[in-house]
Amino acid sequence: MPKRTDLKKILVIGSGPIVIGQAAEFDYSGTQATKALREEGYEVVLVNSNPATIMTDPEFADRTYIEPVTPDIVEKIIARERPDAVLPTMGGQTALNVAMALHERGVLERLGAQLIGANARAIKVAEDRKLFGEAMERIGLKCPQGRIATSWSEAQAIADFTGYPAIIRPAFTLGGSGGGIAYTADEYERIVTRGLAESPISQVLIERSLLGWKEYELEVMRDSADNVVIVCSIENLDPMGVHTGDSITVAPAMTLTDREYQVMRDAAVAIIREIGVEAGGCNIQFAVNPADGELIVIEMNPRVSRSSALASKATGFPIAKFGAKLAVGYRLDEIKNDITKTTPASFEPVLDYVVVKVPRFAFEKFPQADPGLTTQMKSVGESMAIGRTFKEAFQKGLRALETGRPGWTVGTTPADDRLADDTLETLRAAIGRPTPERIYQVKRAMLAGISLAEIHQRTGIDPWFLAQLHELVDAERAYAALPAPGAGDLRRMKRLGFSDRQLAALRGEAEDAVRERRWALGVRPSYKMVDTCAGEFPSSTPYLYGNYDAESEAPRTGRKSVIILGSGPNRIGQGVEFDYCCVRAVLALRERGYEAIMINSNPETVSTDYDTSDKLYFEPLTLEDVLEVVHRERPLGVVVQLGGQTPLKLTRGLEAAGVPILGTSPDAIDVAEDRERFEAIARELGIAQPPNGLARSQAEAAAIAARIGYPVLVRPSYVLGGRAMEIVHDARALEDYFARAVVVSEDRPVLVDRFLSDATEVDVDAVADGTDVVIGGIMQHIEEAGVHSGDSACVLPPWSLGEAELAAIRGHTVALARALGVRGLMNVQFAVKDGTVYVLEVNPRASRTIPFVSKAIGVPLASIAARVMVGETLAAMGVTHEVVPPYASVKEAVFPFNKFREFDPVLGPEMRSTGEVMGIDRTVPLAYLKAQQAASNPLPTGGTVLFKLSNRDKEPAVPVARRFAELGFTLAATRNTAAALRAHGLAVQGVLKVGEGHPDSVEVMQRGEIAFLVNTPLGGAAQRDDRSMRQVAVQQRIPYVTTVAAAAAAAEAIAGTRTEEVGVMSVQEWHARLAGR
Amino acid sequence: MPGFLLLEDGTLFQGLLVGPSGPAVAEVVFTTNMTGYQEVFTDPSFKGQIVVMTATMIGNYGINEADPESVGPQVAGIVVRELSSTYSNWRATGDLPSYLARHGIPALTEVDTRALTRHLRTVGVMRGVIGAGEEVTDAARAALEACPSMEGLDLATVVSTREPYTWGSADAATHIVALDFGIKRNILRLFEAHGCRITVMPSDTPADRILALEPDGVFLSNGPGDPAAIPYAPPTIKALAAQGVPIFGICLGHQLLGLTFGGETFKLPFGHRGGNQPVRELATGKILITSQNHGFAVKGNEQEITGAPDLQPTYINCNDGSVEGLRHRSLPIFAVQYHPEAAPGPHDARPHFPEFLAAVRARAGRR
Repeated sequence: MPKRTDLKKILVIGSGPIVIGQAAEFDYSGTQATKALREEGYEVVLVNSNPATIMTDPEFADRTYIEPVTPDIVEKIIARERPDAVLPTMGGQTALNVAMALHERGVLERLGAQLIGANARAIKVAEDRKLFGEAMERIGLKCPQGRIATSWSEAQAIADFTGYPAIIRPAFTLGGSGGGIAYTADEYERIVTRGLAESPISQVLIERSLLGWKEYELEVMRDSADNVVIVCSIENLDPMGVHTGDSITVAPAMTLTDREYQVMRDAAVAIIREIGVEAGGCNIQFAVNPADGELIVIEMNPRVSRSSALASKATGFPIAKFGAKLAVGYRLDEIKNDITKTTPASFEPVLDYVVVKVPRFAFEKFPQADPGLTTQMKSVGESMAIGRTFKEAFQKGLRALETGRPGWTVGTTPADDRLADDTLETLRAAIGRPTPERIYQVKRAMLAGISLAEIHQRTGIDPWFLAQLHELVDAERAYAALPAPGAGDLRRMKRLGFSDRQLAALRGEAEDAVRERRWALGVRPSYKMVDTCAGEFPSSTPYLYGNYDAESEAPRTGRKSVIILGSGPNRIGQGVEFDYCCVRAVLALRERGYEAIMINSNPETVSTDYDTSDKLYFEPLTLEDVLEVVHRERPLGVVVQLGGQTPLKLTRGLEAAGVPILGTSPDAIDVAEDRERFEAIARELGIAQPPNGLARSQAEAAAIAARIGYPVLVRPSYVLGGRAMEIVHDARALEDYFARAVVVSEDRPVLVDRFLSDATEVDVDAVADGTDVVIGGIMQHIEEAGVHSGDSACVLPPWSLGEAELAAIRGHTVALARALGVRGLMNVQFAVKDGTVYVLEVNPRASRTIPFVSKAIGVPLASIAARVMVGETLAAMGVTHEVVPPYASVKEAVFPFNKFREFDPVLGPEMRSTGEVMGIDRTVPLAYLKAQQAASNPLPTGGTVLFKLSNRDKEPAVPVARRFAELGFTLAATRNTAAALRAHGLAVQGVLKVGEGHPDSVEVMQRGEIAFLVNTPLGGAAQRDDRSMRQVAVQQRIPYVTTVAAAAAAAEAIAGTRTEEVGVMSVQEWHARLAGR
Repeated sequence: MPGFLLLEDGTLFQGLLVGPSGPAVAEVVFTTNMTGYQEVFTDPSFKGQIVVMTATMIGNYGINEADPESVGPQVAGIVVRELSSTYSNWRATGDLPSYLARHGIPALTEVDTRALTRHLRTVGVMRGVIGAGEEVTDAARAALEACPSMEGLDLATVVSTREPYTWGSADAATHIVALDFGIKRNILRLFEAHGCRITVMPSDTPADRILALEPDGVFLSNGPGDPAAIPYAPPTIKALAAQGVPIFGICLGHQLLGLTFGGETFKLPFGHRGGNQPVRELATGKILITSQNHGFAVKGNEQEITGAPDLQPTYINCNDGSVEGLRHRSLPIFAVQYHPEAAPGPHDARPHFPEFLAAVRARAGRR
């Protein structure tokens, strides 16, 4: 069947901000889908609130709505655009939920838009545990023995049936949010109650645990003619009980015989037919009993997913792109295989390599959070590695994580591997409980001589995987014992995936020395293609991975080429925004006739779509791996300034190896990072800095703090995302900081800055070509200085800075860019206090706000920067003036607090957000309102506002409280806060603190009596009460703010809605309003 | 022990030799099956071939008693990237390296199997020799030169059973006589599962002896070698067809049917071997993902079987347009080039068994 001609205009729903369980993979799938649909001549309308995405760049759709992905807003967009169809399968659970809501409200039918890709029935049956169970029964398949509860009393009865441990899965939540494994009755009650609260339909499935069973996933596609193909099989190294997003996973499946695999395949085919995905893809999870092969269907997602992105990258079969084509009527055999270009897509990819995905966690950001891995996903990113064998891919995957480990290597101390001590008892107990470090604990267990049988029994990890890992241990021992390793020995170890760093450590050598010897012996990697067909057909798509087999297939084109280094696995502080910058650079360089070569290890991203660059090297971003690609490709140079800290950290090593760095010189990057050199420049330029110092010992830090005065901001040098950055108020707290958070030494100095209380923070992004400097955007933060810029909401253009202050900011930015000789992007952070503009930090590289600014001003800054880096001038590109939009853009951060319930959800100098949203509107209040809506913190229109404020916030909060009262809200507050507000003549209801009696503040929140919480952190003793209020807000989804500034912005935003209705508008229309357009 | 694979065009691949030191000479082919190595190695259609596995991890789930497709390994040797000596599976009864060694099959491991596959795909399949040592030995070279070409080689008669045997319940209502050119056990298992008893006969059994068994239907099995080198088969098939006996052929059986009715067979450059081959049913446009293992094919296209006007093509390979299925225009005779019995491979084509049996039972009902 050819494509449908009855459809003209299609709305694609995006997934909104990056959150745990829903990340960059939906930018990849959404970008593919919009590209595919436009290729077919459809008019594409897109909605996504996440500005840090490629898909929301204006040229990727005909109309792009950077608006909240909520039913109300999407309804407005549909009413305005009147699309013929809505594609809800590319935007994760968010898009499916919105589509279902619109279907149930009758909006789609009324406005004549039909769902394509998956119909309402299929979505409902797949998501509703009860209907799904019945469907599986109809086709003779088994589901976990579970029962549905819609209330706590129902759940109590089910516990008798399942026993413990029991698995609780809320219906319709992302990444298993709100679910978990209950080992005891107490845990059971806690998790069930939470799950019921989280599920939008108040429904949880309670299952008997299949802990220790083997877990598999199949990616399946079906077309409108009922042709079905399996794209990929994935086997989890971690057995059932760990969310698949948190598991180390392997493709293809390693330990299934054909007979068992085909039974699973038959089941998958039957499932996609029974659920009724008519034209699209799905992901199905299975559990297999290792004792007898019994097969159980865990769940099915009728949409693209994190796993489908992984499967696409693992096989070269672009699921989202083909999914979009199937959705508009194509059959699989009418679509060409993207990679071979000669065979049809109606086939099943075969792999002649092994792919390993490893999750990356962020528990260092949430020290109080429980690091136990359960059915609720907790990882924030992942690396993928391709090797010829499991062992090679496994080691590459671990070093690609960029957690400092050069491969499968145990930490130097037991604490590094999350062990209390180095006893065998501790180790034995630890490996029974999955945590991010368990895989290293397993190695410790092997090194300690614990038998594989016992490790298997304790971890449930399949004996085959353990045997494979043990081969690595054996190889290490043999290598370490060699008198003098020769070429053959090195090659053997490299074929097992060992990095130069690992090899160096095994023999007490330097990494450089190992590399030099290896090179001298001619032991170099070769690069093979991922081609979907294991070499059966010729392939022209250079999607490559490194290995130590004989033949290299990387084509040599002889064109002038540029290597762009990506940003590796997503983590807090380094997410999709850097991938955005890399992709923009790739596109710009290709357009200018360069061969753009991408190196990256993150399977979720657009940059690792083989379609994006001219050549894709799917490799870890370590110095070794990058140097080898450079050796093979001999590029004009390497771009390091767009991928965040990952490539930046490689700069010195690359430079030392004689690799040309494009754009801003490595020395300038170093100046900006080097506190003392930078201070000299700032002084020379006459730019104020907060008093500060660089401490190489704790004593030195204390002396500096005493000199410049408390409070001080302390942090290790060379960090991203404010890692271990804190505001310290006195000498004792400083001691505590050193005891707890950092190691300070001669080569790991700590920065000590005077903290400017109540200053306004400002971020500036600029682009420079060595001569001219053009400001991209000036962003005024809503939260005051002290909150990490990545966690703060900000507004472009600034709304309350004076002309003189803005002039100073502009002047300083230009002066700094010139002084540093910036060629490319630069970000400057300023603090404005009492009319003085202080420079806090300069980063001569892409910042995380580049995509936001680019969208606000309608100029692709990263593309401009890439062109500057290859020698074009800003003047020649016509980029000569700062664009100040006549509308407001607000960026708001999105946090993972709902996944880390044990953690107090407050903002500070350490970044904790996983993603961001953008709100655009005529005025700041309306744009802020949209940003809050998009960030799932929708502002109330009325009701009670509960205040609980720290002493220093009480006075500043008075006008805010008054504003809320004027807007018709009832004010409530805890005792002292209430007294402070009443002193200013406000009517305030008193609320008891926890411990003062009932109902207390937490209880009134749980009862749903509070519409909005304003709770600023107290610090010290009163913290606990406070913390539980904020945690309840997260749990009960009560909108809340933790700063007075944000409360003020919220009040103004609510006021804004009283006079104007919130409308929707595409970025293309906003950009048309920019001067000169 | 170091080992090598030398191809007849002089290309050398080095690796580690596990098992007997050879030399083993045979045609070198590759298969892209990702699972099912035990089925592949025991498939009689691989008789006289050295099989290169493109999947890199072989041996992970060991070997078991239930999955072999014949009494033991049929391949002359195997070439893999990594051979796992440890295994894990609840049905496993042993490890693969020992199993191969026990049956005298050399395994060359640690080979750049992708480079080898790309070479075979580009140049075409050819003969090769697996030998021990870092250098090619004269003995290996001599063995390679003595190795006959696959073209013109009748291997089916070699692998065929010498004695008739039966499979399935004696009181099953439907009686199928299978001519064994190298039959895979899963074909027998599936006929049995569909209520048949099967009499498996040597490949050169004459038609009158077959008819004397009073078959409800005759099955022509898969098998190795060149179909054109089995001159006795077409006359037998013709005689059976003349009696109106329903006939179903798979793989070599398909090729023999093509030859019987005037068609021609030819050698594909590098064959179709794997579990992911898409075929299209010409009548409906429906796609099946099939298991395949053949080096020869019946000449033709979507419109016709070349030289055989009585036959019509039914399935076409989506990748290269080659003939994947045919039927007789008036007689209850049909065949497929691929393997509906799978093992290894997907089960999409399994309905061919009930389809054939429906024709068989329809005729039995009329009699």
